[in-house]
Amino acid sequence: MNRYPVWKYAILVVALLIGVLYTLPNFFGEAPAVQVSSAKATVKVDSVVLQRVEEALRGAGLAPDYVSLEGSSVRARFDTPDNQLKAKDAIQKALIPDAADPAYIVALNLVSRSPAWLTALHAQPMYLGLDLRGGVHFMLQVDMQAALTKRAESLAGDIRTALRDKNIRHSGIARDGQAIDIKVRDEATRQAASNLLADQFAELQVVATPEGSEFKLRASIKPEAMRKVQEQALKQNITTLHNRINELGVAEPVIQQQGLDRIVVQLPGVQDTAKAKDILGRTATLEVRLVDESTEARAAETGQGPVPFGDEKYLDRNGQAVIVKKQVILTGENLTDAQPGFDGQTQEPTVNLTLDAKGARIFKDVTRENINKRMAIILFEKGKGEVVTAPVIRSEIGGGRVQISGRMTTMEANDTALLLRAGSLAAPMEIIEEYTIGPSLGADNIERGIHSVVWGMVAIAAFMCVYYMLFGVFSTVALGVNVLLLIAILSMLQATLTLPGIAAMALALGVAIDSNVLINERIREELRAGASPQAAIAAGYERAWATILDSNVTTLIAGLALLAFGTGPVRGFAVVHCIGILTSMFSAVFFSRGLVNLWYGRRKKLKSVAIGQVWKPEDTSQLRSVAARGDQ
Amino acid sequence: MEFFRIKKDIPFMKYALVLNAISFITFALAVFFLITRGLHLSVEFTGGTVMEVAYTQTADIGKVRETVSSLGYQDVIVQNFGTSRDVMIRLPVQKGVTSAQQSEQVLAALKGQDAEVTLRRTEFVGPQVGDELVHGGLMALGMVVLGIVIYLAFRFEWKFGVAAIIANLHDVVIILGFFAFFQWEFSLSVLAGVLAVLGYSVNESVVIFDRIREAFRKFRKLSTREVIDHAITSTMSRTIITHASTEAMVLSMFFFGGPSLHYFALALTIGILFGIYSSVFVAAAIAMWLGVKREDLVKSQRKEGDPNDPNAGAVV
Repeated sequence: MNRYPVWKYAILVVALLIGVLYTLPNFFGEAPAVQVSSAKATVKVDSVVLQRVEEALRGAGLAPDYVSLEGSSVRARFDTPDNQLKAKDAIQKALIPDAADPAYIVALNLVSRSPAWLTALHAQPMYLGLDLRGGVHFMLQVDMQAALTKRAESLAGDIRTALRDKNIRHSGIARDGQAIDIKVRDEATRQAASNLLADQFAELQVVATPEGSEFKLRASIKPEAMRKVQEQALKQNITTLHNRINELGVAEPVIQQQGLDRIVVQLPGVQDTAKAKDILGRTATLEVRLVDESTEARAAETGQGPVPFGDEKYLDRNGQAVIVKKQVILTGENLTDAQPGFDGQTQEPTVNLTLDAKGARIFKDVTRENINKRMAIILFEKGKGEVVTAPVIRSEIGGGRVQISGRMTTMEANDTALLLRAGSLAAPMEIIEEYTIGPSLGADNIERGIHSVVWGMVAIAAFMCVYYMLFGVFSTVALGVNVLLLIAILSMLQATLTLPGIAAMALALGVAIDSNVLINERIREELRAGASPQAAIAAGYERAWATILDSNVTTLIAGLALLAFGTGPVRGFAVVHCIGILTSMFSAVFFSRGLVNLWYGRRKKLKSVAIGQVWKPEDTSQLRSVAARGDQ
Repeated sequence: MEFFRIKKDIPFMKYALVLNAISFITFALAVFFLITRGLHLSVEFTGGTVMEVAYTQTADIGKVRETVSSLGYQDVIVQNFGTSRDVMIRLPVQKGVTSAQQSEQVLAALKGQDAEVTLRRTEFVGPQVGDELVHGGLMALGMVVLGIVIYLAFRFEWKFGVAAIIANLHDVVIILGFFAFFQWEFSLSVLAGVLAVLGYSVNESVVIFDRIREAFRKFRKLSTREVIDHAITSTMSRTIITHASTEAMVLSMFFFGGPSLHYFALALTIGILFGIYSSVFVAAAIAMWLGVKREDLVKSQRKEGDPNDPNAGAVV
């Protein structure tokens, strides 16, 4: 009765093998590496970059363990930190000709030392949380109200243009909070304006109210459009943050959305919080200036003369010099949006800019006076300007909607729009949570966590082996398998291990032993009641199972509730806790039974089992004699 | 080895009233301290800044406090953390000063006093986050309570569900009472620990209920009280051994886990100790008073067709 069919053993062996395979990478430690990633939204890291890195390393006579393209970065692993530093210099020299304007980030990183065949199986070590590796964590709250206000402002400008285009006379358009009020004189105009709004502005809902002899149309952003505005604002802020954080040269920054209006930024290994915060909070500025078209300026552009007085020289993205006037026409503040698009007639890719009311007015005047001249849009970041684009003004542009077209691929249009938007945050942000963990504390935390788990396990194992003899050994092995499977699953999921996670692991093991105690006590009880050893084992496991299931489900309910409502450290705890409960059911019941079956199952005439002394009350008149020996 | 050599069932339920009176007094005391003293909540809940700095030699707490206060902060808490060289500084949220400025300002001032000081950790939490955590914590607690009652009602009977949750919520309140009485810091990890304890001690009650159900089925002549006594007595050995093992793990965390896991382990320890007590004495007694009967359990079992049911074969 205590035999497993072959397929059950097969499951056990496979589970064990997978467990070992995926736990393995965690033991290899980390090796120094150099990571190359893109510093600009417009620069892609691809196989070409991979080749250049390989060439650079070959040129410097360095032999990396491997160079590979992983996601959007190239990584080269080295045996010593010394080679790592040399390689960083070599790669930097090869990829970044101008140190003031890097297109790539070359950062030092640590990658798993596990052999390539493990990596090929996607067996990677667990990702260590900030509390274990040191670094900074920020949580930023995006001011969505401001984003909506900004959107309403830009819509007000659009409405003004649209009404003018259709020759609908109004007596004032004003933004009131997040709504737009349009005043019209008579019923016919009201009707026309309402129709126009319904036609062209799908994201607005309009309510008309008579106001004395006039009518007031109150347009507000529809809820679904509001959601879209917020989503876009969040996305844009994340993009902007990405661009800024790239400067810090962090190997693996985490920038992700949390909830509807929050962004979490984690910078492992960064210690200089002041700089990090400075960079997060900075706003890049965008300036629109006129290009100086005089002969002197033309000469300066080609490098044949000095930059004329009152002008400045900036480079565009291709390294071409552009001489612009010092006078600033517009700044990024007046730019409410920049989106890639297509020209309705030529089907050429375009970049569409939206300016606010003030910007639109200035822009109209400037364009009227400067037809057929060039205008430069310059992005200032780190106090350094770069010409994003310098189109020729074809005609007077009113209404605040600007279309830049000509000689652009779709990709370029996308990139330009992104750069123009990246200049500013869609909505202001505020740091609402911040953690800094020094690297020494991180290392201490790992050590402490591991010590807790190891010593706790040793204490439990020692006790189980003494108290339950061979069955204690089985239980201990099962507990070991539990740890193995737990780590393997966490590694497979690429979960982030934190200190609370390690605590959960320790607790999971402390709770997992309960199942084995239940089983062992049941077997003893059956023996005490006079069952034969084989029957006692079978009954012990079967009877205990119902109890184990019930108790684990209740613990799991608590774990799931923590997972659902917890944040940050509580979540890390809950994930490990829940997985630990599941693995413990497998190892404590299924696996330990396998061991017992393997050991005892084939012996038909089993006289006794080594489960420690089974004490029986003296009054055994109604019990049969039991074959268990005492004090083995 | 066999620790527990119990010859006959111990009449636990005879003392149910006394035990429950003890429970009730402890509970009342816990509530009293929670109300009068309140919990010493960590910055995660209250908002504010915590800094942990390390000195190369034993730190002069008084001097550190003076330095920080001289920056114009009120209600600053400065205390040793772990060792005598580590100092924890807790600053309240201040209007007009961002978190960035706060921690740097303080560190700069401390550096001015002793250049050897290094920053181990800072933590800033805005006030809006704290409210959400309290909300999330309460929601989690509610879900745990509801989930467990429903599950136990489904597996056993509603009386058991209610009894188990009352007994174990009483544990939670007592843990909180300890934290209030000693003014230990109540942080997010402690909250996680408390909720984990809730799941864990219900576990304990379940084991006993399981035995009660089985005894009802096996010993048809015993009264409810005798059945409960028998169930508790026969699970006694398992109860003590399991909890001793879990406690060994928790103590290991307490001693080796460093200051970050200190209170977490403490909460678990109290939870485990009271968990045994309440599951054994309180939960079973409440179930008894709620009037569990043999029919409640045995009948429903037949319908489910439990393969372990010795009477299953009798059903046609």
